[in-house]
Amino acid sequence: MDLPTLWFGLLAFFFIGYFVLDGFDFGVGMSIPFLGRDARGPNDTDRRVLINTIGPIWDLNETWVIVAGAAMFAAFPEWYATLFSGFYLIFLVILLALILRGVSFEYRHQRPEIAWKRRFDRMIVVGSAVPAFLWGLVFANVVRGVSLDAGFNYTGTVFDLFSPYAVLGGLTTLLLFFTHGVVFVSLKTEGPIRERARQLASRSGLLTILVAAVFLVWTTVSFGSVWSGILSGVAAVTLIAGWLANQRKAEGWSFTFLAATIAFAVLSLFVSLVPDVMPATNDPANSLTIANASSSGYTLTLMSWVALVFVPLILAYQAFTYWVFRKRVSRASITGAPEPSAPDVAGPKVSA
Amino acid sequence: MNDWLDPLLLSRWQFGLTTIYHFLFVPLTIGLALTVALFQTAWVRTGHAKYLQITKFFGKIFLINFAMGVVTGIVQEFQFGMNWSDYSRFVGDVFGAPLALEGLLAFFLEATFIGLWIFGWDRLPKKLHLATIWVTALASILSAYFIIAANSFMQNPVGYQINEAKGRAELTDIWALLTNKVALAAFPHTIFACFMVSAALIVCAAAWHLSRNQHFDTMRPALKFGLWMMVIAGTLTFLSGDQLGLAMVETQPMKMAAAEALYNTSTGANASFSIFTLGTPDGVSELFSIRIPYLLSFLSTHTFDGTVEGINDLQAQYTQLYGPGDYTPTIWVTYWAFRYMIAFGVLAVMTAVGGLWFTRKGRMPRKRWIWKVAIWSMPLPLAAMIVGWVFTEMGRQPWIVFSLLKTRDAVSPNTTGLEVLISLIAFTLVYGTLAVVEFRLIKKAIQKGPEEAPTPDAESGEIKHEATVY
Repeated sequence: MDLPTLWFGLLAFFFIGYFVLDGFDFGVGMSIPFLGRDARGPNDTDRRVLINTIGPIWDLNETWVIVAGAAMFAAFPEWYATLFSGFYLIFLVILLALILRGVSFEYRHQRPEIAWKRRFDRMIVVGSAVPAFLWGLVFANVVRGVSLDAGFNYTGTVFDLFSPYAVLGGLTTLLLFFTHGVVFVSLKTEGPIRERARQLASRSGLLTILVAAVFLVWTTVSFGSVWSGILSGVAAVTLIAGWLANQRKAEGWSFTFLAATIAFAVLSLFVSLVPDVMPATNDPANSLTIANASSSGYTLTLMSWVALVFVPLILAYQAFTYWVFRKRVSRASITGAPEPSAPDVAGPKVSA
Repeated sequence: MNDWLDPLLLSRWQFGLTTIYHFLFVPLTIGLALTVALFQTAWVRTGHAKYLQITKFFGKIFLINFAMGVVTGIVQEFQFGMNWSDYSRFVGDVFGAPLALEGLLAFFLEATFIGLWIFGWDRLPKKLHLATIWVTALASILSAYFIIAANSFMQNPVGYQINEAKGRAELTDIWALLTNKVALAAFPHTIFACFMVSAALIVCAAAWHLSRNQHFDTMRPALKFGLWMMVIAGTLTFLSGDQLGLAMVETQPMKMAAAEALYNTSTGANASFSIFTLGTPDGVSELFSIRIPYLLSFLSTHTFDGTVEGINDLQAQYTQLYGPGDYTPTIWVTYWAFRYMIAFGVLAVMTAVGGLWFTRKGRMPRKRWIWKVAIWSMPLPLAAMIVGWVFTEMGRQPWIVFSLLKTRDAVSPNTTGLEVLISLIAFTLVYGTLAVVEFRLIKKAIQKGPEEAPTPDAESGEIKHEATVY
């Protein structure tokens, strides 16, 4: 394998890392309106439970996109330049969403008023859903190809990026991340919220299977190869396995299978691109390829050594963090009081 | 195309705005992480509850600020591709490497260990928990190194060769890139300035409480710490700034000439430094000025009879080297930015020296104005830092990478003025709103003051910390 191909693989690895990790915390963010409520409406304690499941880790998860972006810049400057300038407004919206979401985690708990908290809850939901959708849209467009001129500059408009296939790609990541996040909630909480999450994942999982299956078949038929087809097949199988595991209350397995689904689906997209990194639909001669988009041998060699030494180290200390915060979060761990046996005794009850 | 819809102009404004904004939070992150680490170390070693209180007090401000630093940092990275795609194509091979190194070596560390620190009070052994804040603090400083090294390539390109076939610069020597003489001087200059910014915040917070005669046992040590930090960091900022000046004269003489608005090459006493000038807006003719002879010579060469090249000579020289064109930065910006940087920095340090005098040997000043000065001097180093960066970046113009690529050739050719206008407005609105929220939250956290020290458990003697934060 030559160096550019190795880095194409490493880039796939960084994006898989990003989508597997930040994907489920997007999902947790999106689940607030569904899981952060009980029979009487929005419940702040439950919302805090949800946010605290990802509290210690969302930041390190999000850092994967910075590293993926920087790796793309360093290893495939042409690809980075074409993609980010071409999809300008899409990336603008992703950035704004990530900004609002990130500060909301920190700001939400700074004041006790319910109106204050609701505002930041909404920002977390929107700030999670928008990038979850748009990242799928971006990668579907990369796979589908866009019109590029001889200087590799995108010549279409932002509206061209909303083709049915690309929108379906966006919906796929949106639903996958949502279900993955909801399963994570059932894995990381206890009490009623854990059961509610399991039931929600059961329903959203079915919809995810449906949408993802159409997207993966479409990708394989229109843009895929044998290898990408096989990877798509594995993604589909692990997705169904993840849903079944959830039905059997095997939360850990369900979470793992869904992580595998995301990994194999992203891998399938990358493999279907080979030997291109961004095909030109108007003229194949304008396509960006692994060969013509990559950096020099010196830079790639240097980066390979750095990755070889530091990626295992990074995985080790991130795994350590997940291990430290392995305990489930419950209402009791939020309020400091033991879990009440009744469904909810926190509110005022007139008759009592 | 309308002038105001010029993608180049709008992209420059956007980059300036978002970068300055990002850099409001970075210095506090860098400086407060170290502060928190030092006070937590003091607590672990001495067991005095007041140090824990100070740790948590500044820890809270650190966290409010940290999230903003992270999310505005993503904008910085994406913007190179979004607005400056031809720059990215030209330098990606060189410039991408330090950015990727930053992510892999430093930023992952920082983002992971800050989570461990925030949420790990009760889950990690005391010393391991202390180690997490030290890792966070050191990683944030390391992170700054890679970013400064990347920026220094733009000031003084080294360790590369031009690949004519591909029309780009390619990295040939990473060591040369990381030991760029501009980076070696700019890094300490920036880091010590970051410490000045956080020192000012610490002084401001402590003075606010002390002037109200409250939290004496925690805020008095915090005040002394902040004042000393300001004086030490300020001195080191000046010394490293002097070194940076020498490197600048050597690598970008035009920037030094623009800093002084020195049009004609001058030697010795004629190479004077003007403290103040009144003249026509283009700076070409001068009405009145206060000048210190020899000082510019000394700043530029460390000798009193050195020769400092003037703008006119350099312009002629560059025209020969790089072809016809205007190689002069916007003089009034560089001239005044350079002076304001020095003035704000000097004022900040003088205020701190005054503060040390007024609080010597346990004294507490009673005059209101002294406390008012301590509180309101908070923005000084931050302002110095902002104009310092404006000087550094504007002084490099018209180049984006000195001698290799001009800013006007770096902008994305396919991004329209309307798109950039939309993003510029969006960033301005969002950043503006968040600045207000951020300022209020930090102010509120400061005014609330340090919380009572948690009482150790009667049986085990352990301290119970809050388990969840969000």
